[in-house]
Amino acid sequence: MSILVDESTRLLVQGITGSEGSFHTQRCIEYGTKVVAGVTPGKGGSKHLGVPVFNTIEKAMGETGASASLMFVPPALAADGILEATEAGMPLIVCITEGIPVLDMVKVHRYLEGKPTRLIGPNCPGVMSPGKCKAGIMVGEIHLPGSVGVISRSGTLTYDVVSQLTSLGIGQSTCVGIGGDALPGSTFVDILKLFQADQDTKAVVLIGEIGGTMEQEAAEFISHKMTKPVVAFVAGSTAPPGKRMGHAGAIITGSAGKASEKTKALSQAGATIAPTPAEVGLTTKRVLESL
Amino acid sequence: MKIHEYQAKALLAQYGIPVPKGNVAHTPAEAREMAAEIGGEAVVKAQVYAGGRGKVGGIKMVNNPAEAEKAASQMIGTRLVTHQTGPEGVPVSKVLVEEASDVARELYISILVDGTSHLPVMMASQAGGMEIEEVARSSPEKVFKSYIDPAIGFQPFQGRKLAYGMNLDGGQIGEATRLMTNLYKLFVDKDCSLAEVNPLVVTADGRLLALDAKLNFDDNALYRHKDIQELQDKEQEEPLEIQARDWGINNYVKMDGDIGCMVNGAGLAMAVNDLIQYCGGKAANFLDIGTLNNTERVVNSFRMFVADPRIKAVLVNIFGGMARVDVIAKGIVEAYQQMDIPFPVVIRLAGTNLQEGQRILSESGINFIRAKDFYDGARKVVEAAKGVMK
Repeated sequence: MSILVDESTRLLVQGITGSEGSFHTQRCIEYGTKVVAGVTPGKGGSKHLGVPVFNTIEKAMGETGASASLMFVPPALAADGILEATEAGMPLIVCITEGIPVLDMVKVHRYLEGKPTRLIGPNCPGVMSPGKCKAGIMVGEIHLPGSVGVISRSGTLTYDVVSQLTSLGIGQSTCVGIGGDALPGSTFVDILKLFQADQDTKAVVLIGEIGGTMEQEAAEFISHKMTKPVVAFVAGSTAPPGKRMGHAGAIITGSAGKASEKTKALSQAGATIAPTPAEVGLTTKRVLESL
Repeated sequence: MKIHEYQAKALLAQYGIPVPKGNVAHTPAEAREMAAEIGGEAVVKAQVYAGGRGKVGGIKMVNNPAEAEKAASQMIGTRLVTHQTGPEGVPVSKVLVEEASDVARELYISILVDGTSHLPVMMASQAGGMEIEEVARSSPEKVFKSYIDPAIGFQPFQGRKLAYGMNLDGGQIGEATRLMTNLYKLFVDKDCSLAEVNPLVVTADGRLLALDAKLNFDDNALYRHKDIQELQDKEQEEPLEIQARDWGINNYVKMDGDIGCMVNGAGLAMAVNDLIQYCGGKAANFLDIGTLNNTERVVNSFRMFVADPRIKAVLVNIFGGMARVDVIAKGIVEAYQQMDIPFPVVIRLAGTNLQEGQRILSESGINFIRAKDFYDGARKVVEAAKGVMK
């Protein structure tokens, strides 16, 4: 098993005809993902990369039974794209777009309340269940099917961690990039819940970073609700306060936002802390061996 | 994005929020004229993107125009060092000259977006003039919050709750509610990330007045606010960071070490800096080159390193995903062709099109230090910066 996406996932790509949309749709198809539809307003009725394109998500879902959406919509239009997919009843939206205004996301979150749609991202690398489905921009080849779940706020740091795991022969059930924004659609806790319930996930690797309090909330969940082991690393211990470190959400505004505070909370909750970002793989190996 | 206090107050005034009468002066002579216009007592305030001015001579009370001129001359042209700036401080090139206010009480209000509820939250406190984090820690009962539903906006009952929380009464309740409603309107209209009035004062004659104000804006929303973009004062920003942006490198932060770093991805870039410190070195910068596949940004990153006299060694750590390793390699070779690179460069490449990238580096004949992984790269660059490895 895996979480969020698997071999039965029928993927729709919002913004399929753009340059990024095209490039990554092609990679997803090559990986074996079932890409069943694309949506670009004004280009409905055509085909792109062999995939039928629709003007609206409602129509695309009706005709293809799409069960998840991958979004490559420019930031100024992205919130509207999420709302459209939500209104159409899309079960899962994975939004890759970086740079969506925060107040647009405030409206999106308000609209998502009480609806069955789950949003991953924005500003994320996507979701990957190795050997089954790639719904994102991550490199396919570095992944290996297996039983470790990975959750991260970062893209390339996750690639590094995943390749550490793979090179040690440790496969992954699902890798979820929740994104680097201040208001992510899904939090660490949301995804930890899914991994805890997933029979095939034996352990979880969590990669946090400075800013916000999501790691502290994850620690709370780990200490009370999680029976599976968690390996964690929090990036940004050298980041100066008040400076935005690339990600919109990566800014230390109070003491809770510091890497040291987050690491402390996760450690106290029982997570095993990797001493450096280069040793997440080895730390996971030791944890798995002790099970 | 930040703006100056005088600009923030002008925006507040546009939204009907009372601010002290005043004007900005670029020279001591202008400050004198403005103080004369105000008549009597005035306050001269250095305009910088940093808090903590009062404690280091950045705010002065004056009794007449001559004193205003003198105070301004002591500020303009100097650099102000506060607990929020680095030791080099920030330049003062203008001052705000304002009428002095007769203050009875100091209060606090602010709006920001709360990461947990995903909603804007209005915070109010009767303990104004202090840092709100400190108040929240020492006396949490003095901080009142009201979460705002974006669909209906800030409501009068919320204003009343917060106003009573600040121990206001009578006509001040309605006045404070109007003020908060207007501040929320400004917050939403201009895509603020923070709108803070601290202190909001009650004057001796019972009026509310925004004595100091801070507005920060969401960088992701600036594209729809040309008027706000124009307010940016580049002089207040770190010169290397301005230079980076001019060269198309948006994610550059100056740090205080001597090892230049070029990385793709923000999380990986932070982790690289952490690892360098773990290995006994210190990064001179955070630099995420992003995922645009052209060599120009790579060449410009090297231009940044060459322009920075602190740099003793450079680490390039790229995990190709969206970014292609061969393009990065080509960029590095181009950089060597275009400029004299006086420091050792450690390179770690992985991911998309790795072999092609390796081939480009090998065939260039340039003497790089190659690293096999992330850790190896950090270790080698720390040694290189110490002159152990060349």
